[in-house]
Order: sequence, then structure tokens, then C-alpha cells
Amino acid sequence: MITKEDVEHIGWLARIDISEQETVEYMEKLNSVLGYFGQLDELRTEDVAPTYHVAEIYNVFREDVVEKSIPQEVVLSNTEHKQDGAFRVPKIG
Amino acid sequence: MVYENPDGVKIGLEIHIQLNKLKTKMFCGCSTDYHNAAPNTHTCPVCLGLPGALPVLNKKAVEAAIKVGLALEGKIAEETQFHRKNYFYPDLPKGFQITQYDFPIVSRGKIVIEGEDGEHTVGITRAHMEEDPGKLVHIGSIEKSKGVLIDYNRSGIPLIETVTEPDMRSPKEARRFLDKFRNILEYLDVFDGNLEGAMRVDANVSIYGGTRVEIKNISSHKGVERALLYEIMRQKNVIRRGGKVVQETRHFDEGRGVTLSMRTKEEAEDYRYFREPDLMPMRVTDWIPAIKETLPELPDAKRSRFMEQYGITDMHARSLTSKIMLADFYEGVCAEGVDPKLAATWTADVFLGELNYRDLAISSYDGEKIGFIHAKDPRIKKSFKVSDMVELVNLFDEGKISDRAAVEVIRTMLDTTEEKTPSQIIEEKGLFKAEDDLVTKAVAEAIAENEAAVQDYLGGTEKSLNFLVGQVMKKTKGTADAKTARELIIKELKG
Amino acid sequence: MAKWMSVAQVKEKIKESSAEEVTAHYLETIGKSKINGYITVSDKALEQAKRIDSEGHNGPLAGVPIAIKDNISVAGLPNSCGSKILERYVPPFNAHVIEKLLEAGAVILGKTNMDEFAMGSSTETSYYGPTANPWDLERVPGGSSGGSAAVVAAGEAPFSLGSDTGGSVRCPAAFCGVVGLKPTYGAVSRHGVVAYANSLEQIGPIANNVTDIAVLMDVIAGYDHRDSTSIDCETEYQKALVDNVKGLKIGVPKEFFGEGIHPDVEKAVWNAIHKFESLGATWEEVSMPNIKYALASYYIIAMSEASSNLARFDGTRYGFRGSGENWHMMVSKTRAEGFGTEVKRRILLGTYALSAGYHDKYYLKALKVRTLVKQDFDSALSKFDVLMAPTMPNPAFKIGEKIEDPLSLYLSDINTCPINLAGVPSISVPCGLTDGLPIGLQIIGRPFDEPTVLRVAYTFEQNTDYHTKRPPEVA
Repeated sequence: MITKEDVEHIGWLARIDISEQETVEYMEKLNSVLGYFGQLDELRTEDVAPTYHVAEIYNVFREDVVEKSIPQEVVLSNTEHKQDGAFRVPKIG
Repeated sequence: MVYENPDGVKIGLEIHIQLNKLKTKMFCGCSTDYHNAAPNTHTCPVCLGLPGALPVLNKKAVEAAIKVGLALEGKIAEETQFHRKNYFYPDLPKGFQITQYDFPIVSRGKIVIEGEDGEHTVGITRAHMEEDPGKLVHIGSIEKSKGVLIDYNRSGIPLIETVTEPDMRSPKEARRFLDKFRNILEYLDVFDGNLEGAMRVDANVSIYGGTRVEIKNISSHKGVERALLYEIMRQKNVIRRGGKVVQETRHFDEGRGVTLSMRTKEEAEDYRYFREPDLMPMRVTDWIPAIKETLPELPDAKRSRFMEQYGITDMHARSLTSKIMLADFYEGVCAEGVDPKLAATWTADVFLGELNYRDLAISSYDGEKIGFIHAKDPRIKKSFKVSDMVELVNLFDEGKISDRAAVEVIRTMLDTTEEKTPSQIIEEKGLFKAEDDLVTKAVAEAIAENEAAVQDYLGGTEKSLNFLVGQVMKKTKGTADAKTARELIIKELKG
Repeated sequence: MAKWMSVAQVKEKIKESSAEEVTAHYLETIGKSKINGYITVSDKALEQAKRIDSEGHNGPLAGVPIAIKDNISVAGLPNSCGSKILERYVPPFNAHVIEKLLEAGAVILGKTNMDEFAMGSSTETSYYGPTANPWDLERVPGGSSGGSAAVVAAGEAPFSLGSDTGGSVRCPAAFCGVVGLKPTYGAVSRHGVVAYANSLEQIGPIANNVTDIAVLMDVIAGYDHRDSTSIDCETEYQKALVDNVKGLKIGVPKEFFGEGIHPDVEKAVWNAIHKFESLGATWEEVSMPNIKYALASYYIIAMSEASSNLARFDGTRYGFRGSGENWHMMVSKTRAEGFGTEVKRRILLGTYALSAGYHDKYYLKALKVRTLVKQDFDSALSKFDVLMAPTMPNPAFKIGEKIEDPLSLYLSDINTCPINLAGVPSISVPCGLTDGLPIGLQIIGRPFDEPTVLRVAYTFEQNTDYHTKRPPEVA
């Protein structure tokens, strides 16, 4: 089952800041759901192939033909954090 | 003579090349011609990762990947599929990169290089398709960064990542591998290596069978060799002092020539690979025969043919085939009836030498002229016509100009912007080989004016002969053939 | 103008008066709404309608207003997905289905409320507050397309588009007493739909009657080269609307009539099945033994895909941005503050299910169970033309009743999510009321056999009057 450390680790992998208190809450709720998921262990599936796509399609392509890009102002229109045509963010850290 | 590899060096390389000859990005129709464009002007909802945008695969990228696979003598997968590599970084707009994981399109190839001890095979583990992230510019320095600016023009550019087995035993072999690999790629015409960012290398190195260290994102072949030389020395020092080499990722500082530990939390990343649900699998092995037909003659085959067809040396053949455009240029010249051995000497030794000296990288060949771009300043462009090389070599062959004169012609043509033929330059500079009587006259004068030297030579001082030859050259303003002048002097003095 | 109009009636009204007047009527109704069904009402709707009037009423949907779930991109209108993290994000492009609607002359009334990022079955997780069920304002409308279903049920739009990942069109359709279709996977392009679970979801039409569903499908369905999972099927949906089920073979999977099912729901569904029998169909019970594992498999797959799909929401290029002294911290704060609790839970679970050491146990296992579930459907649908079951085991519950217990909320998807795993089409039609709350009958068909599904649904409608009932609260 999920431990507090697990919650911290996946919180980091998913880049979601989780407070001490929230860690405990998440741990409980996640464990209850995982407990339910555990029922899948009842099924024997060694010889079963996974289904990644329901439809069996292959070879979907597009031709190497240029299409218009969107204008720079539109690209940047959904944020106020911009400079010299680029997106601006804090140093990476 | 088998190379002993005294430090037990094992080097593996991961090379990312941009398929920058394709017109559009990997998963969208944005143009790949972004190099001089303003930021964020070659983007669309797909390569920006806007919510709701979906990727659609560029067919030509798959063809290019197959070409590379065939050229590497690799196996093309029966069924191949894209995966998501999940991690967070500002240049990655979707929070994942679409790449290939356990079903790469190419596996199990090889490249044979000139190793430390003769021919050496470097295995290719795999080659696969993936997309490039965007570009970050730090405001201020990397260490004291005040912020980062992000340009997504590069996001979605098609890449092929090639991973080698750790078969290289020295930095030199790594360098040779990269040179050969890049050469093959240029032959395939899938990428233009002169563009910035076209080829990026990660190098993995271990010594004495120990821990592997990764050096990330080296952008030049020379850089790879230098980085590896430094890193091997660093690891040897660590061990000599009784320490252990730590498994880590390092960064190569091109300026200082050292590798530095990156020490980022990224090392704790778990990429959680899973199949890309928005892209369907590909079964494309039936494309192989048609693509094989389009494969050009590859460097090794061309080298053998050159030696056989033109009767040139292995060294010349290697030199000429080191760049496909140079090889084509050479053949263009030979096709005009020029002596192939002479053409080889003038092209591979002199011409190439003058280009390298001037930092001119070969960038184009259109059947009539070969073009170059300055390696550091892409605004400087030059070209050289096949017809001009033909004219020059023929003039030399016919004895109308000396070798020194021919060299001067080449230098002049590369250094001026005026369009002049070799004959015109030779005329203007008075480089035509001195007429026989002119030389004879100069020989006579040199002998007459330099009693002392003549006596010294007759007395056994060979050096004085050189002095006399020099005098003849001076009098004929360099147009005399040195060999002829020498023979004439000897004849005059010794009968 | 009547409060509830079918598309045919709307088109009549447009001919009689004008598109502008019809749109104005709907805007007025919306203005008096008690249900919080819309997140954004379009300020361009009237203009659009006027333009249609001036250009002449060409196009099969000329001047007909429609409501769009707020996870389907409409250029120029905010697209929030019911979340704070996409506040004020305005897409610069139209989803494929929107392009088709605009080509057909439809007028976009606005964007409807939904569970945040489509994760929910009650529309309670929306950052913009819950939507009320028009039949009982203290109850949920279902989810995640609660807004889309509620506005249709309340006469605030003639029809709408929702999205269905695990039941998100059929559930609210059942709770709100309207018709909702989840098409075969691949039948309708997902281009422009904000992805929750790519391998499971489809856009689904919601309307007051089956005919309008077919009308909408004829406009929005079909191949789109921008969606690599789009299938080239050239079905004509309205042509399928025939009042005839003679010889129809109905399978009734007993696993869909589980323990917790409300007795009135069970009764209503069986009444419906017997009704079909009286019209010339035959029915038989069938067993689909792996169905009980479908819910776990569905949630693992959906959460895993979602954890990756939602990684792009980091405040860098659009939407809400939190503060942090470096980029990673800024992103962590943005996502902590911008996402609601349920979304964060699912991202964490999905991340866990894909992570090293757990990938095989959860994600891969779920994909294998998916194969078994799909096999159950293939087998059942080889013997029967359609399967029938309750859409939801219970009628609409009270707002706030289940939201604290995520697992109990997940369990309400038990009859709808297996259909998404298999990728088959399924429609929910009203088939009765319990204590004044609608009950939905689910009709499930073979892949790309929407024509049969629609024909069966249409026949039911032609021979019953459940679809004429309207919520008294908003009448």
C-alpha cells in the first residue's frame, strides 16, 4: 500500500505541491481506491495480450507539406508572462 | 597489432540528429526552417501542446528512419510504435516527449571505422524517432540565472536518436565514429549537418570496467573527443586517489574543456513510459525494397569504387569520399576528361587543404559548382565551379603553369569575390610558366651573376644549387618550373 | 416560443421568424436559469445568428443553437474544462466538431459546466460550482457532462455536445431524462477536445429525442485527418431512424443488474425490454463474467492516461500561474492551487500506476483485463444485435451526498465504463421515473453499428412517451 514517502515521491513526479496534512489525507484516500483496484489480482492474465487500442489501425501518416503556423501574438496571447516574443519563466532550479 | 586498451576504456554514444531536410515537423505541418526566425513563429497548437491538439506522424520521417537503418545495416522492426516519456521541463510543452521505447524502428546495426588497430566495428544498438523540445535562453548566466525565455520554434522538429554499443575504446575512436556516422547521414541526404543544433551527442564512458558516467549534450565532434579525454583523465585521477567513480550525468563546458557534475533532481526521474495512445502502430517493412532502391552509394562502397575506377590511392579516396559533395565534385571534374590521379591530388590535397585553412565548410553541390559556408559566420558563402577546376588541372597537366602558380590561383579564387576563370587570373598575375628561352636566359643570368655560388656548388655544396634555382625563380617571377630550372643549371655547369 | 423544441421545430421557428429571434429566446431562457448549466454564455451568439439570417438559411443546422461542453475548443471563447487552472484560456482554434457545426450553420450559445477535466459523475468537482438537476434542484445532474445534459433538459438549448470517457454523456442523460449517445471509438474526431483519457473517450451528442441525436451525428461524425485515431466510416445516421424492431435479438447481461441497483430502475428497464418484446424483438439473459472487473481496469487506464495528459498544465504558456522561486516550484504550486482535489487524486494515482515497480501490476494488468472485457462484448454482441441494461444503477443523488467518498462515486460508473473499454457505441434513453426522477435505459451495439442502436432507440421513442416528460421545476 502507499506510504507517506510514496505520496511525496509521486507528488514530486507529478509536480503537485502537497502539504504535510494533505499527504496523510491523500494517502488514506489513495489506499482505499488502490484496495479496490487490487481485485484485478483475482484474474489470471499471463496469456492475455494487453489492449492498447480498441481499433486495429496501422500506418496513419501525413504528407511532408507545410501548413501555416499561428502568429506570434496569438501564441503568446494566453499569458502575460512574456518578453521579446518568448515565454518568460523563473530560473529552472 | 591489436589495440590493448590499457585503461579498459568503454565508450558508448547517443547521437540525436535533426531531420532538418524534411519540410515539416514530426507531428505537425509547421515548417522546419526556423533558424533565423523570430521566436514562437513556427508553432501551432500541436507543437505548443495546446489542450485538444493531436499529433499526426510525418511519413517522410519514417522513410528517413528506414534509410538510416538500412545504411547502418540494421533490422527494421516488423511493428513499431511511439511511446510517451513523461517528465517536466520548461522546453517540453506537453510535459512528455513522444519518442520510441521498446519497439524502436531500427535495431542491431553497425558501422566500421578506422580504429586504433585497423578496422574496428562499432555496434548500433538501436535508432528511433522522436521529437525535439523547444529552446531555452537563460537571462543572465546559467549559474546566476534571473529567469528563462522559451522559444518553441524547435519544439516538434523530427529527430532520430541513434544509440551505439559501448564499443569505442578511445576518444579518437569516438571521434572517428562520429565523423563516419555524420558522413553517412550526409550521403543519405536526410540532414544538413551545418545548421546549428543539427547533431547533439551524449557520451557514456567507463574505465577498468567500472561505473559509467554520462556526459550530456555535446554539440561538436571535436567537443566529444575533448570531453572524453578530460573525463577519462578525471576518472583515472579519482581512482588513483583511492576514490570511486560516481554514476552520474555531467555537462561539458566547451570553453574550459572540462566536464562538470550536473547534480540535478532529474536523476531521480521515473519516465513512466507507456504507448502513445494518440498514435497508431506502424507496419512498414514492405517499404524497404523501394527505399533500398533510393539509397545512394555509401562512403565505403564509393571509396572502393574510386580506387578501382580512378586508380587513386586509399588515402585520396578516403579524403574525397569524406564528404559526398566533394566526391560528386571530384567525379564531375573527372567526367570532363581530366586525369583522375591529378584531379585527386589537386582536389583532396590542395583544394581541401585551402578550404580547411579558411574554415569553409562544404554545403552544396549542384552539378556545376560546389558551395561552401564559413563555419563560424554563415553569412560568408563561396563557391567553386567544376569547369574552373577542370581548366586549372588541365593547364597544370599541359605544363603551362607550375604547381606553385596553380596553388596561387586556387587561393586567389577562394579569397576574392570577383568571378574570374583560372586563365584570367593567370593572365592578370602573369603566372604562365616562363617560356623555355626565358628560363634559359634566367639560368644564364643567374650563373653569370653568382660566381661564388657556382664555385661552391662545383666544389660540392648542394645548397648553393638551391640558391641558384631560387635566383632563377626570382628572375622569372615564380613562373619557371623549379624542376626544369634545376636541371638546366646542372646541365650548364656540369655539362 | 415553446420552451422545449426539437431541432425540427427550431428550424420551423427560424423559417417563421428568424435565427436571431430563436437565439434571443434561448439566451433569454438562459438568463433566467436556476441551474448554473453554463460557464460561459457566448457574447457572439446573436451576431452569429444575425449573420446566418443575412446569408440565407443554408446548411442543415442553419441558425440552430447548440451548447458545447467546456472541454471542446471553440476559438475565441474561454475553454476552462471546469478548472481554475484554465481560467481565461482562450483556444486559438476550433475543434473539428465545432468546424463542422459552424459549416452547418449552427449557433454556439455557450460552454457548459462539467466536472473538472471530465473527472467525475456529478459535475460537483467544477471550479464554477455544481450544476443543478432541472428535475430537482437539490440533486446532481450527473457528470461529467452535467451542464450539457441539464441545459437540454431545462430548455436552455435544443441540443448539446458532451464527452464520454466512462459514462460522462450517458450518466447525465439518464439523470436528466434526455437522450445521450456515446459513439463507437473513432467515429467522431477528438481533435480539439481536451484529453482526459485518449483511448477511452468520444464526443457524444445530447438531445431531447433520438432524431436530434442522429441529426447531430450526421454533422459531426466522420473521418478527420488531424486525429490519428479517427476512423473512416461513412454512416448515415438519420437514415437509420426506422420504427421497427421485428426480429431484433436483445441480450441482457445479468452483471449489469448488480446488487446495489434501485428496484424502480430495475423495474423500468425490464418494462422497456418487455416493450421491445411486444414489438417483435426477443431477449435472452447473457453472462459477461469479466464485467465486474471493468471498473477497476477503466479507472487505472483512465487515471494513467490522465496523469500524462494533464502534465501540460504548468502555468508556463497559458492559464493560471502560481508563484515559486524557480520553475519546478512554480509548476508545483500552480498545479497544487489550480487543480481541484479529485483531479489531483487521479493524477497521483495515475502517476503511481505507471511508475517503476507498479507499471506491470496496475497499468499493464488493467490493459489485459480490458482485453477480457472486450472479449465479453465481442462474444455477447456476436449472439445478440444489441445489449440492454440500466444506464445508472440509481437515480440522481443529492448534491454533496457522495462527493466525500470518491470510491462510492466511482462505483456509479459501473454500468457505463465497460462500454468505453470495449469502444462500442451506447445510447441512454429515458424509460421512466422514480419519485419524479428520470431513469435511463442503455442500449449497447456493435462497433460502428450506430444505425441499429439508433433504430432501436427511435422505435422505443415512437412507442412510448417517456421522452415527452419535462422537469416540473423549470417548466
